[in-house]
Amino acid sequence: MKPRVIHLTVNGEQREVSVSPNDLLLNVIREQEHLTGTKYGCGIGECGGCTVHIDGQPMLSCLVLAVAVDGRAIVTIEGLARNRQLDPVQEAFLDHSAVQCGFCTPGMIMMSRALLNENPRPTEHEVREFLRGCLCRCTGYVSIVRAVLAAAERGAGGEERS
Amino acid sequence: MSFRVIGKPIPKRDGPEKVTGQLRYLHDLEVPRMVHGKILRARYPHARIIRIDSSKAEKLAGVLGVITGDTVDQHPFGFARDHLALKRGKVRSIRDEVAAVAAETEAIGEEALGLIDVEYEELPGVFDPDAALRPGAPLVHEERETNLLDFRFTFEHGDVGWAFSEADAIVEGTYRLNYVTTACLGTMAAVAAWDAQGRLTMWATTQAPFLFQRDLARALGISGDRIRVIQPPVGGNFGRGLDLYPIDVIAALLARRVRRPVKIVFERMEEFIASPTREPCVITMRTGARNDGTLLAREGRVVIDSGAYVSWGSTTPTVILSTMAGLYRCPNIRFDSTVVYTNNLYSGSMRGYGNPEATFAVESQMDELAERLGMDPLELRRRNANRPGDVTPQGCRITSCALTECLDAARQAILQPLQRAPRAGWKRGVGYAAMFHVGGGARIYRSDGCGAILKLDDFGKLTLLTGASEVGQGSETVLAMVAAEALGIPLERVEVVNHDATVRPWDVGVHASRTTFIAGNAVLLAAAELKQQLLALAAELLDEAVERLELADGFVFVKDAHGRRLPYEKVVRSGHFREGGRILMAEAFYDPPTQMLNKEFRGNISATYGFACQAVLVEVEEATGKVEVLRVASAHDVGRALNPLACEGQVHGGIHMGLGYALTEQLIVRDGYVLNPQFMEYAILHAQDMPEIEVRLIESMDPAGPFGAKGIGEAGAIPVAAAVANAVHDAVGVRIRELPLTPERVYRALRGRSAPSPSSSSPVGERAG
Repeated sequence: MKPRVIHLTVNGEQREVSVSPNDLLLNVIREQEHLTGTKYGCGIGECGGCTVHIDGQPMLSCLVLAVAVDGRAIVTIEGLARNRQLDPVQEAFLDHSAVQCGFCTPGMIMMSRALLNENPRPTEHEVREFLRGCLCRCTGYVSIVRAVLAAAERGAGGEERS
Repeated sequence: MSFRVIGKPIPKRDGPEKVTGQLRYLHDLEVPRMVHGKILRARYPHARIIRIDSSKAEKLAGVLGVITGDTVDQHPFGFARDHLALKRGKVRSIRDEVAAVAAETEAIGEEALGLIDVEYEELPGVFDPDAALRPGAPLVHEERETNLLDFRFTFEHGDVGWAFSEADAIVEGTYRLNYVTTACLGTMAAVAAWDAQGRLTMWATTQAPFLFQRDLARALGISGDRIRVIQPPVGGNFGRGLDLYPIDVIAALLARRVRRPVKIVFERMEEFIASPTREPCVITMRTGARNDGTLLAREGRVVIDSGAYVSWGSTTPTVILSTMAGLYRCPNIRFDSTVVYTNNLYSGSMRGYGNPEATFAVESQMDELAERLGMDPLELRRRNANRPGDVTPQGCRITSCALTECLDAARQAILQPLQRAPRAGWKRGVGYAAMFHVGGGARIYRSDGCGAILKLDDFGKLTLLTGASEVGQGSETVLAMVAAEALGIPLERVEVVNHDATVRPWDVGVHASRTTFIAGNAVLLAAAELKQQLLALAAELLDEAVERLELADGFVFVKDAHGRRLPYEKVVRSGHFREGGRILMAEAFYDPPTQMLNKEFRGNISATYGFACQAVLVEVEEATGKVEVLRVASAHDVGRALNPLACEGQVHGGIHMGLGYALTEQLIVRDGYVLNPQFMEYAILHAQDMPEIEVRLIESMDPAGPFGAKGIGEAGAIPVAAAVANAVHDAVGVRIRELPLTPERVYRALRGRSAPSPSSSSPVGERAG
């Protein structure tokens, strides 16, 4: 298949990448941009490990063709912290040890960030419902839910710098 | 005793890398000139391989090579040496590896697999142990002349026949446990690279790197010293990495063939089919007791479906026996096992390793017994609870033991008022289950040891080289805490080296909830030695007696002499820059004073034992059979919680896995085929499915544990399923002896129920509501 050149803003940087029409955004992020924080967990949108923000919206990058996001702004887990300053959601995940193996963590954090952008003071139920597409095998979600609620408590909502 | 670090809720050391996406997992690893490997698996669960034609695949642009069982030099591996990485002559399960391709990209590799033409002659298969043991049944391994495996776990203690004749109440039942799998978020992967001198570097999913090194060497027909094993971070393991698997051998064989480093990463579907599972088994058991509830005898038999090969799943009867003979005081025990080859997937080890299975049977039966005797289920458990000083029929010496306290704590926590109002059509119930598990290592190999090396350097940094493996559970954090506490050094100045087996001291592996206890004790031994070296050198510099010195915050202090102190780095430097200089480094190997099981399956295999009780509050919808767990209370005798955050985290995750086992998870294997190899159909619980969780950590201060700690890694996962089944019975009066408790299964049981539900008369259920 003939490659195409697309333009993306990745974590605030302008990027020009050559992709095949069937390349998934996940693979472009991991293999061409070498941003390996975005994870492959299932490839069919069941686990949430590949969640990134596209123009501020959380999306599963394993279900998005790279050519379909030409001209859009992508934020990955690597782009959440700015100027060595962690996002409050990242800080809360650290403080509450909401991380064990850490493989689901990038997706969880990107999804949680999106939740707080949209709903700065969610209830526990809303947090759980919003994270339903992100699987974790280590924590039973207990510390993750605690972390998200704590981040909201600290007024972390609506602070994303993209 | 007051501590500076121990007992504090310290976040994981690798947390900053993980929350920023910086951590390089095995999956993220790239090696120069690396190519990608793909594996072709069997089309049928049992078939003769007539011919493999890979010529088309080899001609595809971007393909570097194709290997099959007949074109590589490989050797059998596994517990029974019954396994070749690439199969020859026939396939015995749908997982079987038939060929492998190395290609420039994964996509080309995938395409090449489709071009390999394999001609099979399909054979009739055997898909359950009963069928496999029938005379004339197709043989999984013809050369063995039977499907019955030649290892058996039999045990007898006391006078079982007499005890049952004395019993006032006897309950019996058959419990069916099915396939479940670790379903780690990060799939299995391997990277293999050979150098110009024929030395192999393996980056692998293993959690037992030193045994892996030996097993891989054998499978490749080379000596172990040619292999360097590196364990990059993995996305979970939970027992998955305890054996050598074909993926590892194939990566090495492909890399040898194409003279390029080869990386293989399982796709999710492949992970469900080809990564190890918990073993399916059937446990038949009976328990007898006196009218007052005193247990007299337990008799059990387990039949294990080993699948096509033997791995750790086939040896779980040792742990099943351990719980049957060890959970509660029961003086007369008889146990037997049958392990059978079938054309199903072979099982490996998974968190709890036989114990969730055994506990489901034992604890279901405790409730049945309580009902028969008209006793409160918790009172029956209290009456028979293990106590400090007990010796189990197998010879397990119980030292610290807070089982009774766990029972009471779980009850207290589960009966807290619930926010949610009862719903029409739903019945509430509470169920309990306790646990007995190794907590101070498990001597299943001749050694149960772990090494530690501590190095204090001229910048005041302490480097710990540990044999222990980090698989996400947080061992490196807790081991750093142990070292920091023992040597009076700030935690942030401790570095842990635990990825490269070449530089680390030996260890058996991370399994059996052993790392905190065993590796922690090794760190303490090395720290004691290093402390002496440090004090001796400092005493010289300060011109003081060693007895007058103490260590804190990275300084050697002179007692009661305010201000007289030396930073560690200064002491170390003085050792370097002197005639006949020295470094500050200490090593230790801790192997607990335990015994391997003997031929009669007796022996004190662990230096201490862990206990727990979980209580579960459920609601069951009678019209549909739907079970909702509202709350889990989990009380654990942890010895001492060295890091309460991590300790609770282990319990939380265990409960998640145990609830999945109880309610939703099953790998559906029909006639050898896996029908649900996706998360959509293999249902691990999501955030909104999880109940309220209450954890109680009970500190019994184990005399042999590091700062009093014992193992906790598996405990959370073990009793849950039994407690759920008991809660369902409490709610709606049906006893379900097969997992998972799907709505269909509960509904059918409710339809078959003769008497009306006794839940209205259940005091526990009512009080909880």
